Amino acid sequence: MNIEELEQIADSVRGANASFDHEVNVCMGTGCLSQHSDRLKDALAKAADASGKKVLVRRTGCMGLCAAGPLVLVDREHVLYQHSRAEYSERIVAGLGGEPVAGLQCNLREHFDEQVHIVLENSGRIDPEKIDDYIARDGYKALLTAITEMKPDDVVRQITESGLRGRGGGGYPTGLKWSTVAKAVGDQKYVICNGDEGDPGAFMDRSVMESDPHRVIEGMAIAGFAVSASKGFVYVRAEYPLAVSRLSTCIRDARRRGLLGSGIGGTTFNFDVEIRLGAGAFVCGEETALIASIEGKRGTPRPRPPYPAVSGLFDKPTLINNVETFANIAPILRKGARWFASIGSERSKGTKVFALTGKINNTGLVEVPMGIKLRHIIEVIGGGVPDGHTLKAVQTGGPSGGCIPADMLDIGVSYDALIGVGSMMGSGGMIVMDDTSCMVNVARFFIEFCMTESCGKCIPCRAGTAQMYTLLTRICDGSATMDDLALLEDLCATVKEGSLCGLGQTAPNPVLSTLKYFRDEYIEHIVHKRCPAGVCSMQVPAEVMA
Amino acid sequence: MNDADVKTLEIDGHQISARRGQTILEVARENNIDIPTLCHLDGLSEVGACRLCLVEIKGSNKLQPACVTAVFESMSVITDSDRLNRHRRTILELLFAERNHICSVCVANGHCELQTLAQQQGVTHIRFPYRYPELPVDASHERFTADHNRCILCTRCVRVCAEVEGAHVWDVSGRGINSLVITDLNQDWGSSSCTRCGKCVQVCPTGALFDKSKIGSGHPKYPDFLVNLNLMREAR
Repeated sequence: MNIEELEQIADSVRGANASFDHEVNVCMGTGCLSQHSDRLKDALAKAADASGKKVLVRRTGCMGLCAAGPLVLVDREHVLYQHSRAEYSERIVAGLGGEPVAGLQCNLREHFDEQVHIVLENSGRIDPEKIDDYIARDGYKALLTAITEMKPDDVVRQITESGLRGRGGGGYPTGLKWSTVAKAVGDQKYVICNGDEGDPGAFMDRSVMESDPHRVIEGMAIAGFAVSASKGFVYVRAEYPLAVSRLSTCIRDARRRGLLGSGIGGTTFNFDVEIRLGAGAFVCGEETALIASIEGKRGTPRPRPPYPAVSGLFDKPTLINNVETFANIAPILRKGARWFASIGSERSKGTKVFALTGKINNTGLVEVPMGIKLRHIIEVIGGGVPDGHTLKAVQTGGPSGGCIPADMLDIGVSYDALIGVGSMMGSGGMIVMDDTSCMVNVARFFIEFCMTESCGKCIPCRAGTAQMYTLLTRICDGSATMDDLALLEDLCATVKEGSLCGLGQTAPNPVLSTLKYFRDEYIEHIVHKRCPAGVCSMQVPAEVMA
Repeated sequence: MNDADVKTLEIDGHQISARRGQTILEVARENNIDIPTLCHLDGLSEVGACRLCLVEIKGSNKLQPACVTAVFESMSVITDSDRLNRHRRTILELLFAERNHICSVCVANGHCELQTLAQQQGVTHIRFPYRYPELPVDASHERFTADHNRCILCTRCVRVCAEVEGAHVWDVSGRGINSLVITDLNQDWGSSSCTRCGKCVQVCPTGALFDKSKIGSGHPKYPDFLVNLNLMREAR
């Protein structure tokens, strides 16, 4: 396969698409599939056949607005139908080329117009399992250009200049990581894609793997070229069966097209990818635990250094990046580092995909430029809090992040700004809370999560999170004293500073941030035995106390 | 040895020299500076799990485990500070509250590393609620007993069995607070593939693994055999 052949495939797909008068895209991501969008697609295809119109009915990945699913996008007319069902298919087909079906249309212009799609540029536009669809949208062009026209160092330089930072949460500069692995000495090196997304309320990586798997594979292959690795592993949690099956199909198709395997693009570059399934441990998202898991060992972290860049998988230099990081690579090479660096804020470049969940109208995925105000994401793009409730706080960064109170939401989204307010970017979960959420209970929820997901290797995380959970339960049921609160704060310090890996080191963040901004709620629980949000049921009711 | 192989550093204000690749813990102990440890044992691989050996390194806000952190030129290490001792006491308290450590009825009373460390660190009472988990005692082995109530999950038994004895009978099952050391695929110790060498009993820092013949007599353990054994093996 060379670039000319790639262009030929792209042209033939574009030609085939042009022979249709209408394109009907049906979202078949996990969210819409759970509402039977597969039946909807079949019904649409049938209705299209019966109508005699030239209609291309296409299965696509996630369109983002999961709250309104199943979604149908009529491409050329730019009409989006929400809550579509198989029964509506004849009406939808009848409306093609004419007036859109009344009452079915989704008119959330501000939701879509304010977004900038780089990672999600193909999501909802292509059939994720058709490699030719991806090629028609400039897929694999970046890979073939890189291996035929660039040196590995040039690729690393492009990534460095783009200012891309790791999208898994830590925000480590991607170019720096790549150059470290590129410089590491070793006859065998590995590339790992971390798809063990486990934060409660986060589904960005799942969506990317389901909607545009070739983008991830292409990013990995480019990385393999840049750091001289010939083997890649995608580590996906087994709870994402659709992502696993689509990735498997895509890896097979890429091999058939000669875009993976030996001698890619007629060069001497070899690269192949294998899938490894996670067995349901959150801690395996931590890079050293993930590597142990791929090696077939118990998935527990080990102290760093040595970092995986020097000694990783099977003790070889290993590049490990998140799904979304790899999804950014091909566009950066295609459009240039300067283009990418022009998007975003000063120290956080590009865009970030967030999963909006919780008390928000437009539940789903959004991709926004870095630097955009949190309030704007929630109130404009997210459509605000439903049912007339008031916004109270936003939780970012999952169990490692913190709660940001409503009055601080005018900060711009960036790695540094979020850390500045006691939270973190994390992988992109954004849980919105309103006045019916009890912040102590929220903290307890996240600590319970960390307690059950702790691997048990180091004492501060294993026993510390369990004790934090006990103390928080006491606060929630009204049996705690102020001494318990002091003890909890003390324990937070030891778990944060003493734990071995990121799971334990960041586990106290939800407690620390709610203590910082919502301390009065803790006091209310402890002293007045009252839950201000009315969530916690107290062992000792307030009237008995009085 | 060239200059690059020798490092000079400062530990608690003492000027000290070290070889490249040595850990802070090794160098400190060579110079009679004590850093508390539980999971570390001379002769076994390091896991950096107990976090008692955390030290401060000048220029970094992050605490580092002395057992796995290599020395570097001109580093300045603090092994004894209020901050460190506060964490160490908390970690020891967490261990005491985690399982049922009742020294007065323990076979290792007076010979227990956990007990000794707690005394050294001045732990007089436990601030955390005791968890009182219901844990089994495995007395199925003809010579030894495993009492999970006294286990601190340091994994010395796992490592000595896999790395020195070569049998890999012990491993860890479950996760988090529900972790448990097990023999083979979680079967009775007595019916496992145990070679009955007793190394795990000698390296166990508490009364979790003990020799049945020592019940009631106080149970000193002799983990130092490991270093000698390794030396002899290297010599051969």
